[in-house]
Formats: sequence, C-alpha cells, structure tokens
Amino acid sequence: MMQKGALNVEKIRADFPILQRKVSGGKPLVYLDNAATTQKPLVVIDAIRDYYMNYNSNIHRAVHQLAEEATIAFERTREMVAKFINAKSTEEIIFTRNATEALNLIAYSWGRANVKKDDKIVITEIEHHSNIVPWQILTTEKGAQLEYIGVDDNGYLKMQEYKSHLDSNKVKLVSVTHMSNVLGTIVPVNDIIKMSHEEGVPVLIDGAQSVPHMPVDVQKMDCDFMAFSAHKMLGPTGVGILYVKRDILEKMPPFIGGGDMIKEVHKYETRYNDLPYKFEGGTPNIADVIGFGAAVDYLNNLGMDKVREHEIELTKYAIDRITGVKGVTLYGPHNTQDRGGVVSFNIGDIHPHDLATIMNDHGVAIRSGHHCAQVLMERLDVAATSRASFYIYNTKQEIDTLIVALEEARRLFKI
Amino acid sequence: MSDDIYREIILDHYRNPRNKGKLPDADVSIHDSNPLCGDEIDIHLKVEGDKIKDIRFEGRGCAISQASASMLTEMVAGKPLTSVKDLTKDNILENIGLMNLGPARIKCALLSLKVLKLGMVKYYADKDPASAKKLQDDSKVL
Repeated sequence: MMQKGALNVEKIRADFPILQRKVSGGKPLVYLDNAATTQKPLVVIDAIRDYYMNYNSNIHRAVHQLAEEATIAFERTREMVAKFINAKSTEEIIFTRNATEALNLIAYSWGRANVKKDDKIVITEIEHHSNIVPWQILTTEKGAQLEYIGVDDNGYLKMQEYKSHLDSNKVKLVSVTHMSNVLGTIVPVNDIIKMSHEEGVPVLIDGAQSVPHMPVDVQKMDCDFMAFSAHKMLGPTGVGILYVKRDILEKMPPFIGGGDMIKEVHKYETRYNDLPYKFEGGTPNIADVIGFGAAVDYLNNLGMDKVREHEIELTKYAIDRITGVKGVTLYGPHNTQDRGGVVSFNIGDIHPHDLATIMNDHGVAIRSGHHCAQVLMERLDVAATSRASFYIYNTKQEIDTLIVALEEARRLFKI
Repeated sequence: MSDDIYREIILDHYRNPRNKGKLPDADVSIHDSNPLCGDEIDIHLKVEGDKIKDIRFEGRGCAISQASASMLTEMVAGKPLTSVKDLTKDNILENIGLMNLGPARIKCALLSLKVLKLGMVKYYADKDPASAKKLQDDSKVL
C-alpha cells in the first residue's frame, strides 16, 4: 500500500496508534474529521506522559530541579511555535486554552481599549462562530457596528467589498479566517492585509485551519494578530496560540488577572509581568503545551510544503471522486490551489446526519452539521453539510471507502 | 445498521410528512432545536375537551427527527391528553421501530416528543401546575 507522493504515508500511519483501531464492528477507522481535530502521534502522547511521570511541576516560580526542567520544556514549545510561524520573538507568542480563547483575548483586551461607539469591525460570511460571537459581544457593548464581507457562489470572498468598508474611516479591525472550515477556501490574506494597512487598520487572522496545513509566515504576511489551535495540528486539546505583533501587544491591557501575569502585587495596584506572561494568568496547561512541542517537531520533520502538497493531491482526488457520484452538490472552490483539504458536500435530500450515520457503518468518520458556521449556512441556504477533511495520514484508498459509503447512502435513500 | 434505520417507512415519513404545517387557531405552539445538530421542530396543538383535536408540526433536520415527528403526530392526534402526557422514550422508539439507536442519534428521534411535552407544559401551566411540572421534568431527560 506504499503510496507515491509528497509524504511517506505508510510510515506516518505507523506513528499514530489510533489508526490501528477498528470501529463499527471490525471496520478499519477511516478518520476524515481532521478539521475538527487531528489524531496524535505517539511522540506527542509520550511527551505528555513523560512530563507527568518524570518532571511534573509548576513552572516559572519554584527553584527546584523539576520546576526548572518543566519550565525549560514549556518555553521550548514557545520557541518552536515562534519559529514555526516565523514570529520575530517568543514574546509575541501567548498560550491560551484554544483558538477561541485567543480570539476572545483580542476582543476583550485590545477591542475594549480601542473600539468606540460607531466604530466598525469587518469580518466575513465564512467565519467560524469563534470569529463572530466575540465581535458581536464587543460591538454591542461599545455601540459599534459589525459588518460582513460577502462570499460568492463559488466560495470566494467578494474582495471588492473591502474597499468600500475601509473607505469609511470607521473601521478599527479587520478579522478574517485564513481558510474556511466549511468551504476550504484559502483567503487571499496578503491582499486583505495590504489593503487594510494602507488605511491604517490592523488585521487579525484566524489561522485555525491554515497553520496546521500549509507554511505560514506571520512576518511575510504582516498580520497584526493570529490565532490557532494545537489540537488541529497533531497536538493535544487545551492549547491555543495567539500571535500579536510586539508593538501592539505592549499597549494591550491584560486579559485574565492572577498569578504568573504579575511582577508585583500591592494592596491597590499591580505591576504586570513582561511579555508574553502578562497575558497568561494562572497555571497554564503545562503538560499539553509540552506535548504540543512534540507535535511541532513532527510537522517540522515532514516539512509544511510537503504537507500542503500531500493535501492538494488528496483533495483533488476527493473532489474528482465525490463530484462523480450522482446527486452530489460540492461547496467551495474546485481549484485545489485555492483551497485546503476540507471538502463539504450534500447528496440529494439526504440530511448530513443521516449520511454520517451511514458513513459510520463503513468506519468512515466525517463531520455533519453547520460546522459552527451558521452565518455561512444561511448564505448557502442549507441547513447543514457533510464534510470530509484530510491530514498527513490519509490515503486515496480511504477516499475510495468514503465513495463506497456514499453509494450505499444513495442505495438506501433511493437516489 | 443503516439498513435497519432507513427503512421504507422512515423514508416515507421523511419525504411525505403527515400533519406538517401551521395551525392558525392553535391553543399552544412551541419550538425547540437540538443545538448539536441543528434539528428543529415546532409543534402546534389544538385541544378540545380533554383531547388533542388537531396537531401540526413544522421542522427541518435529519430523516430520523422529521420522520419521528411525523409519526408522533399520527400517534397522538385525537387522543386524550392524559394518555399523551405519559408517553415515554420507549413508546417513541417503538413507534418508529428504532430501538437500537446510538446516543448521538437518539436525540434526533426524541426531539419531537420533547417539544410535545414542552407544549403541554405550556398548556397545563395555569390549569394544572402539578402536571406541568411533571412534564417539564420528563422533558429534561429526553
């Protein structure tokens, strides 16, 4: 089953214990729900275990040996993450609970300090709820406006709409996903950032779906903020990453108050800690941040160019095969250069939950529903879609299994 | 497994739902959704004496949720409220012939019963607070 291509998939699969699992009465697991969360290689699981077994300790404070080892391992991940997205320094990397918390941190801290009545925040119709709801909360609180860039029928953002919004001089922030978690559309963030900066408007990039799947360089892109999640890139759950340009971060008020984010606390005043610790109140998720370091190592060894190449190939194959099934509607761009490995579709009048149940019989794990993107669902005028999403360990044979299940669904529903 | 679920009768009720639509002179209308998968059901009830004189549902979602709602309306139309009040999870699963649904899909099958119970909570709120409370409690475990 050796596959020729960008990655040695057979070798990769051997690193993921869960891929040996049988489901639904003995079927090999075909895991195609990677946009929700990815599986974890043994090195990540081992790194977490090693921490708890051998040097479990709180970080940054105690002077004993375990604390020192834990602090070094924790901060090593920060260095690796900074390098992974080419941030200028580790001071620009903040660990949160997840990408959602990272986005909320910006809305709460930067947003409350900078957004006033009648200001505007510009997002898009393809955002995940985590890049919508924090801005609804903020704009409601401040009496500001939330505005949307539309998406066309092929899944591309209506880029010309940015100009008219930005011309108003009221826009305080542009926030946009780098890659749609439903349509797979890769957004031309470089153009959006350039246009916005020309008007002096900072840009936040939701990198939850892009950073795990392609090379991302925050300096080249010149984004002001970026949020993403460890668990969508082989890492454990419970770790989000927020990148903020240093000059912006220096002016931001703190987020959560408490231990670790302070230098001195007196009865009525506090001197806050240096960057990035000022934004990391309380004991962080030490074990999982350390585990995430192993995940970043793993991806570095593969090379993100290769990861992207592998996914382009799988996505092309998946689109060809899925659109070959009678009654299928595919959402999002068809050109694989413009999209990532997230393929959303519907077939006939089969509801995605019913399709997912049939897929599950074949051991195929796909996602069905609104994918936390109900604004987009309304725009597409569908209640839900089925979504297959790929990663480094997926194969064309697995897509063939998905097609078998899809044909079975057609048979059952007589389509 | 799916062969057992997506039988002719389920597909028939999914594609040709019975008692679907609005009920302009309804005594009670109630809406609920399943936030996990977005299935939505509205139920409209017309009560006469102690009987459900008329019932309609509106909704969108998977075949299981919509067929179950359609079959529930047929099951309770014309029946005394006292018998409808005590309907259980198993009554519904037997009614639709799906006793072996997994935890993820059982919610779909039971959404319409939950909405019906909530509708009756509303109906009984002033008339019979004790029944309303029992129905409210019943609906929580669905």
